[in-house]
Amino acid sequence: MVSARSVSVTPSSLTYSDHTWIIQHREDRCTLCGQCTAVCPRSAIYLAHRRQRIPKLDVFAHKRETEYRNFTGIRQKTEMQNSCIGCAMCEMVCPNEAISPLPNANENRSLFYHNGKGEPYKRGGRRNATGPTLLDRIMFDRISMLTDPALDAGRHEFNITTSLGRVLPPEEFLEKSKNGGWIPPTREIFPFVIGSMSFGALSPNMWLGLLQGVAYCNEVLGIPVVMCTGEGGCPPWVLKSPYLKYIILQIASGYFGWDEIIRAIPEMKCDPAAIEIKYGQGAKPGDGGLLMWYKVSKLIARLRGVPEGVDLPSPPVHQTLYSIEESVMKMIQTLSTAFSHKVPVYPKISASTSAKSVLNNLVRNPYAAGLMIDGIDGGTGAAYDVSMNATGHPVASNIRECYLDLAAQGKQNEIPLFAAGGIGKNGNVAQNGMALIMLGASGVHIGKYIMQAAAGCLGNEKNRCNVCNVGICPKGITSQNPKLYRRLDPDLVSQRVVDVFMSIRTEVKKIMAPLGRSQSLPVGMSDALGINDKDAAERLQIKYVC
Amino acid sequence: MCRLALKTANEPFSPYSVLTAMEAMKEGYDGSGLGLLLRGLEFEDFKYNPRFPVLSGVAHTKKAEYRLDEFMDSHGYELKYDHRFDMKHGLIEAQDRYRYLLRAYRMPAEFKEKSTEEREDEMLRTRIALRKIGEEHGGDLSIFSFYPDVAMIKEVGWPLQIGDALKLHDGQIKSRVCMAQGRQNTNYGINLYACHPFFIQGIATMTNGENTAFVPIRDWLLGRKLPGYLGYQSDSEVFAHILHYTLRELKLPLQAYKHIITPLRDQELAKHPQGDFLRGLRDVCRRLIIDGPNAVIGTLPDETCLIVMDHKKLRPATVGGRPGEWAIASEMCGVDALVPERDPSLDFQPMREHTVIIPNDRKELTIWSQLDPYPLHQAA
Repeated sequence: MVSARSVSVTPSSLTYSDHTWIIQHREDRCTLCGQCTAVCPRSAIYLAHRRQRIPKLDVFAHKRETEYRNFTGIRQKTEMQNSCIGCAMCEMVCPNEAISPLPNANENRSLFYHNGKGEPYKRGGRRNATGPTLLDRIMFDRISMLTDPALDAGRHEFNITTSLGRVLPPEEFLEKSKNGGWIPPTREIFPFVIGSMSFGALSPNMWLGLLQGVAYCNEVLGIPVVMCTGEGGCPPWVLKSPYLKYIILQIASGYFGWDEIIRAIPEMKCDPAAIEIKYGQGAKPGDGGLLMWYKVSKLIARLRGVPEGVDLPSPPVHQTLYSIEESVMKMIQTLSTAFSHKVPVYPKISASTSAKSVLNNLVRNPYAAGLMIDGIDGGTGAAYDVSMNATGHPVASNIRECYLDLAAQGKQNEIPLFAAGGIGKNGNVAQNGMALIMLGASGVHIGKYIMQAAAGCLGNEKNRCNVCNVGICPKGITSQNPKLYRRLDPDLVSQRVVDVFMSIRTEVKKIMAPLGRSQSLPVGMSDALGINDKDAAERLQIKYVC
Repeated sequence: MCRLALKTANEPFSPYSVLTAMEAMKEGYDGSGLGLLLRGLEFEDFKYNPRFPVLSGVAHTKKAEYRLDEFMDSHGYELKYDHRFDMKHGLIEAQDRYRYLLRAYRMPAEFKEKSTEEREDEMLRTRIALRKIGEEHGGDLSIFSFYPDVAMIKEVGWPLQIGDALKLHDGQIKSRVCMAQGRQNTNYGINLYACHPFFIQGIATMTNGENTAFVPIRDWLLGRKLPGYLGYQSDSEVFAHILHYTLRELKLPLQAYKHIITPLRDQELAKHPQGDFLRGLRDVCRRLIIDGPNAVIGTLPDETCLIVMDHKKLRPATVGGRPGEWAIASEMCGVDALVPERDPSLDFQPMREHTVIIPNDRKELTIWSQLDPYPLHQAA
């Protein structure tokens, strides 16, 4: 046995099988082109010169000897900072199918070493909870059969829009129509909204592609899709363009980008779709936005009014906020005033057991245009692992409770509830969204699904990739590095956005038609829902079916 | 499929004539019940004062009748007329029909000088209180309406047989308006309250088809917390309550009903002269949008009759007649049977944008289109 001192082992020494992903490399197929090592965002693999011993035995000559072969091969690095993230870009570029990352079936020790230099593990992406979600398990079971034959999704005319904005009680609306008075603004929008992903979190090409796609949906296809900016402002050319009407501007606790926005107000050609005030986020409740220094490029720094290359952690709360009753009301009112009371202003909160009390305060605030609730399965550009995994509340029961609370007050048409967090995380975007709508949401916000479906985001619930935080997105979706985001063609993204919304529209019809619904979105049509889980059925006050 | 028949005429007629006309439409329906609403009443043996509210319902036991009398006496109602049907009990399927109630009362003295609205509110309160008394005693008292000049009968069985059982052909009761519907709500459990027509404060509707948006509409109406917005044993009851809400609570003109239950499309609103107002009305009443397929047939306290369709799937229904005598029926053969002497080429089948009105002068049909200008006296 060699002495321990001669073996290079430290407490945090890891080997291949300690990592989440193990690179499988087939020497016999490799042409040594080097594309995989060039593309790897983590520099997790390298070309290495190796020497192989080839024993040789010449029986007739009674000779034994050893020969050596020198060769060049691909090897995986085992340091944590180079740990393979399973993005499989190497596999994508390999001309000869010689390399691929495989998930490590063993428990991997790397989980214990994500905290180098005393800094806990941070990542982007998702919660990494696999398997069908509760929303995936909801069935639409009230099928029109006899007295009310089902509709034809392909031929009938459907109204698939929802109202974003405060709606007055009918009596008050008539009184104000007759005698004059402020009628809060509303927008008629497609119920699937591209959720808040900031200019900063997303690359310029991704943002441009989304906006192009949204504009095409609105102006050519007549699908009134809107998208939300997230915190970090909006490119000045968009603020002064006629496309602003498709954009929900978000203001969050860092107020990043709002200098530009406020200055642009006099030059705006149209009003934005709405203003979203972010108080919380489903992926990391109680935590502010975080744009890590890697992504604070020159452009982003200028837009946000900050120096280049510094971390931009937004505070967990708005600095003016000391009570929901007063400050939220004032903030909503101030923003409503800034846009001449012609733009709906609504808060976004993380799903929480306190959501109902926020809602009840909004009900009494005439300027509140809605409430957006973001559940624990929501995604993020950057967050502490522990926040993402363990903090939060699922969205379904939260939305249902809030809706039933509004219904008990007879106000379910007045404050639209929007839901987000894990919608379409297993691909069932229309089904998940419509389930939430029938539970009481007026619409849903989708973020991760859009990144995956429209831009080819590689992330998944098994912690594949999920490095949006450090600006090395191999697809160029969440990077501010031109070398990376040049990989993403905005035109192709916009094409995919259009594909996605056309297909959601068709699927929504395919869900509504058998229920006999076509004239209005079936908000709160809980009689159409069933689930094969007694406890969930009881909690959501829908049918238990088996 | 429901069979619906409405006849309105200047000359009072027997409801039996409507029941015989319903026989013409018998093909393809289950004949599981009868709902009858008469308006503009005339009794053979009593000179009826149309100010007296008429109580309609069924006392299923003697005790229930006793409790009813006790309640009405204690609340100051004076019984003016108690119609006794010359019953043939054997023809009625149900065994627990002790008394069919059709009674005219004089309002308590303190309501003599009160406004119509206050009197109507009192009648509604009384009807609900009686219904509740029945429900508290195992459903031994069913109350369908309590309103001047309106009588209602609801029963399980084949409509004509029920007419025979109650001897509706004997000329004891006649009316200028008669709404008849020939089905119990077999979609759910049989319940007399679930049988069309539905009635609230003088407003009545009956419907064929199924209302797929029932649950959200019901939930919203319940949230109004208005007295009388209860029951909902049938998905069609909401049509009566939406009409009531439109006319009585929002005080909107009758044209607004169609704009509320089936609003115009965005592109139509953009061109409509009152598009802004109507878009706002759609938004505030969004939860009342129906999804059909339905033909909604209704009558109002002034004997105006109307029919509207859902926006798209359109249940069949035809309006036809001649000055002084009109009919609305779910099948064309029903109109033929109700008003045979007319020019059928002038019959009208409403489309998605139409509200067809038979005014109480019964001279000619009024047909409103939603695309027509809306009478904007409510709007700025």
